[in-house]
Amino acid sequence: MTCYEVVVIGGGPAGLAAAISAYENGCRSILLIERDKKLGGILNQCIHNGFGLHTFKEELTGPEYADRYSRRFYETGADLMLQTTVLDISEDKVIRAINEKDGLVTVKAKAIVLSMGCRERSRGALNIPGTRPAGVYSAGTAQKLVNIDGKMPGKKVVILGSGDIGLIMARRMTLEGAKVLAVVELMPYSGGLKRNIVQCLEDFDIPLYLSHTVTKVEGENRVEAVTVSEVDENRKPIQGTEIRYECDTLLLSCGLIPENELTQGLGASMNKVTNGPVVDSDLETSIPGVFACGNVLHVHDLVDFVSEEASDAGRNAAMYAAAEPRYKVKTKIPVKFSKEIRYTVPSSVVLAGISEDIKLRFRVGNIYRYKKVTALAGDRVLAKKIRKVMTPGEMEEIVLPIGKLKDIKGALEITITVEDND
Amino acid sequence: MQNKIYDTLIIGAGIVGCSVARYLSKYKGGIAVLERKEDVCCGTSKANSGIVHAGFDAKHGTLMALYNVRGSRMYPKLSEELDFKYENNGSIVLCLSEEDRPKLVSLYENGVRNGVFGLRIVERDELLTLEPHISDEAVCALYAPAGGIVCPFDATFAMAENAAHNGAEFFFDTKVTDIVREDELWKVVTTRGSYLTRTVVNAAGCYSDVFHNMVSSSKIKITPRRGEYFLLDRTAGGYVSHTIFRLPGKMGKGVLVTPTVHGNILVGPTAEDIDDKDDVSTTADGLDKIRLQSALSIKDLPLNKTITSFSGLRSHEAGHEFIIGEPEDAEGFFDCAGIESPGLSAAPAIGEDIATMIADKLNLEEKEDFDPYRTGILDPLTLDEDRLNELIKVRPDYGKIICRCESVTEGQIRDAIRRIPGARSIDGVKRRVRAGMGRCQGGFCSPSVMEIIADELNCDISDVTKKGQGSEIILGENKVL
Ligand SMILES: Cc1cc2nc3c(=O)[nH]c(=O)nc-3n(C[C@H](O)[C@H](O)[C@H](O)COP(=O)(O)OP(=O)(O)OC[C@H]3O[C@@H](n4cnc5c(N)ncnc54)[C@H](O)[C@@H]3O)c2cc1C
Ligand SMILES: Cc1cc2nc3c(=O)[nH]c(=O)nc-3n(C[C@H](O)[C@H](O)[C@H](O)COP(=O)(O)OP(=O)(O)OC[C@H]3O[C@@H](n4cnc5c(N)ncnc54)[C@H](O)[C@@H]3O)c2cc1C
Repeated sequence: MTCYEVVVIGGGPAGLAAAISAYENGCRSILLIERDKKLGGILNQCIHNGFGLHTFKEELTGPEYADRYSRRFYETGADLMLQTTVLDISEDKVIRAINEKDGLVTVKAKAIVLSMGCRERSRGALNIPGTRPAGVYSAGTAQKLVNIDGKMPGKKVVILGSGDIGLIMARRMTLEGAKVLAVVELMPYSGGLKRNIVQCLEDFDIPLYLSHTVTKVEGENRVEAVTVSEVDENRKPIQGTEIRYECDTLLLSCGLIPENELTQGLGASMNKVTNGPVVDSDLETSIPGVFACGNVLHVHDLVDFVSEEASDAGRNAAMYAAAEPRYKVKTKIPVKFSKEIRYTVPSSVVLAGISEDIKLRFRVGNIYRYKKVTALAGDRVLAKKIRKVMTPGEMEEIVLPIGKLKDIKGALEITITVEDND
Repeated sequence: MQNKIYDTLIIGAGIVGCSVARYLSKYKGGIAVLERKEDVCCGTSKANSGIVHAGFDAKHGTLMALYNVRGSRMYPKLSEELDFKYENNGSIVLCLSEEDRPKLVSLYENGVRNGVFGLRIVERDELLTLEPHISDEAVCALYAPAGGIVCPFDATFAMAENAAHNGAEFFFDTKVTDIVREDELWKVVTTRGSYLTRTVVNAAGCYSDVFHNMVSSSKIKITPRRGEYFLLDRTAGGYVSHTIFRLPGKMGKGVLVTPTVHGNILVGPTAEDIDDKDDVSTTADGLDKIRLQSALSIKDLPLNKTITSFSGLRSHEAGHEFIIGEPEDAEGFFDCAGIESPGLSAAPAIGEDIATMIADKLNLEEKEDFDPYRTGILDPLTLDEDRLNELIKVRPDYGKIICRCESVTEGQIRDAIRRIPGARSIDGVKRRVRAGMGRCQGGFCSPSVMEIIADELNCDISDVTKKGQGSEIILGENKVL
């Protein structure tokens, strides 16, 4: 059996950045396994621009962003298996993968980085009543058909969900000659980035209906119409508010679910809110030596933050593989948070031997204006920031400076609070 | 008009039509199955609970009871001969109040009279050892160890493939529009020309009354009775291990909760009479009802793990009985009408009997070379490492995973299309090898599945459909700029 110091699973932006960072941190025995025939993950089908503003200070398309990382990855000379799907991972870090050329392959790793990305929530998971014809697609499927295959999956379109992929597809389908009748969002706010609402809907006069949902699909073979209804504060449809749209396509952009079959198979503890594994500030899961980053950990809005998080995971994996003592016995200080916050990643902080600031990423559960976000250890303030507006669609972060962290040895927990800023 | 004269034409390629074809293919004679859809198993046989009922429920003395018990006893051997998934997981009927106990006892007695093996009433303590998540209200239950579960698609495909292998022909996209007597023969008129035959089998599901009434003066009426379901992800699998019914009582008829042979959990069905024989839409009311009703049987069922909802139509005949065999005034026309639940369980026995009736009528001889076996589509990941690697050397496509949720390889998808009769649509592939059947419901693999279908059928990707003509996925090209 072949052995590696670090094996990275998934060659999207997360996997690429993790592998590069492992290399930059001294690891010279790295294998990246990717199912597709090309590196780059989901970025390959995101041909619009808006990627890389934070990382490269310029606006790139998805494939361009992926390309920069792929090239850096190839320069490291790390091993790569493309068109190879990982089937399972055992607790002693033996990875079973399969491809057309070699058949079943097993490799052993000292450390593993999980970066398998996510998939879209399906119609079934949303339980939309009605018929089940052709013409109901996830926005990502439509994105692939239009951007990769040059085929139009529909001409008159209603989009359910105002996640970023849905917004971007509203624009894309319009540019390709389709008529997008409406974007319908269950919540009273959009799940997407503000800039996408402006650039993809408002600029094209596509109406966005907040607090609405699709309550019926019609058509035996192909979608013929969908009914949209307003919902009350419990998200239940209100009778008498139905609007019927004749259309041939319903696109769904109702959230992404981290792809964690491998993680769960491995027995790692999972976070019920993110659907990703529970990690500490080293991005290490509950299985020692297994790290996670990118969309498999929690769904990101911006790829720049994926790359940044993945670099940390790659560095930690390299250090773990080099048998750095700090990973042996860890004291984890749990991160608690107030009710406005839905989750934080990481969910605990490890202080011993840290060399950098710790970035806590989190999402709120509603729209909040003029709030003060504070990170505390007991009554000691570690960090504080004022937010003019926070929305569920945009990931937030708060940085715990290493200087402050060094002083809180013995703290029992770290708390993140959200309060009015007056 | 085709010149060939068939011995038997079967209308409908559901489990009943395919079972008749399979048992009839034991005999010499020309048989064909006419199906209006693009594939086998597109009607009720694709949307039901997948339960092989033990047979305690159907009223003693009815054809339903007779065929149910006989059919369910045939399943274990049949599933071996035809290599489809069947599991003898046992069924439980919950009784939620002492008041209802007498009803449970009569159900038990009815079952014993029907000849069901192993029935007994279990009290709450034992019930909890069988099913730990059972409702706090459950006082006792009828336990039927003979109950089983089956993959209804696979069972139907298996029968169809075995029938085809033994000489039966299948015509798809062929809708029967009329049946007329011509001398000693029947002329079956379809949207793709007419066929002459000595006998006709009416296995048209919800439309079986239409064909019966075309040829017989004693009219029947089939009402579509819709049943809706939730299917839960495999991560919810194991929450129950038996099929759990509830005794109809003061809380209503109840819904069942059952594992499937693929490790999912199925919850449903509702029961609602409707007019449209094709309306398999789901409704908000129906889905709400399932939520409420299932909670009465099972505690904390993880309905948040729903991956899809769907509905099917029972062919409910007014007298709630199967109509099987020749009507008095239509010689050579054989009904399999009103085959509602337990039709899936009964299908093998119905098929065997109809085949015997036809063979007797036409004096058909048995074939010497009838082959009762069929091998299912290989799942390469069930092989051990060495055999898998040998296989991938010859068929590299068995090494390429297309559907990530269900780990389905390209090889399996190609096999599904190459079968006879084979998949012609995305749904046809899905029902045969489960690509797109998992938690993302084809979100990621459907474009790849479309490419494989186009390649195998030698057509353009724009011609690939979800479920036959009119359900094309692609409606045009991108704008040429
Ligand atoms: C359909 C879709 C569209 C999106 N559009 C945008 C957008 O327009 N703008 C934006 O900023 N963000 C977008 N996102 C968010 C985007 O996914 C992230 O910014 C980023 O791509 C996540 O990177 P990742 O590496 O975590 O995941 P991915 O890019 O999804 O990469 C994961 C990789 O892992 C591989 N993999 C998974 N499982 C296995 C296995 N078992 N074996 C081998 N390989 C495996 C996959 O093939 C894939 O290449 C989109 C996401 C989706 C799902
Ligand atoms: C909600 C529900 C739950 C059920 N649960 C169970 C269960 O757990 N166990 C059990 O034993 N049974 C169950 N059943 C019953 C079982 O599913 C049916 O009895 C069985 O599938 C009927 O098979 P069939 O072949 O008669 O009908 P179908 O599968 O409907 O086949 C009829 C075929 O005829 C074709 N057809 C119709 N008209 C024409 C035409 N003009 N020309 C050509 N073709 C035509 C249709 O397209 C269709 O393919 C359930 C039924 C329902 C609705």
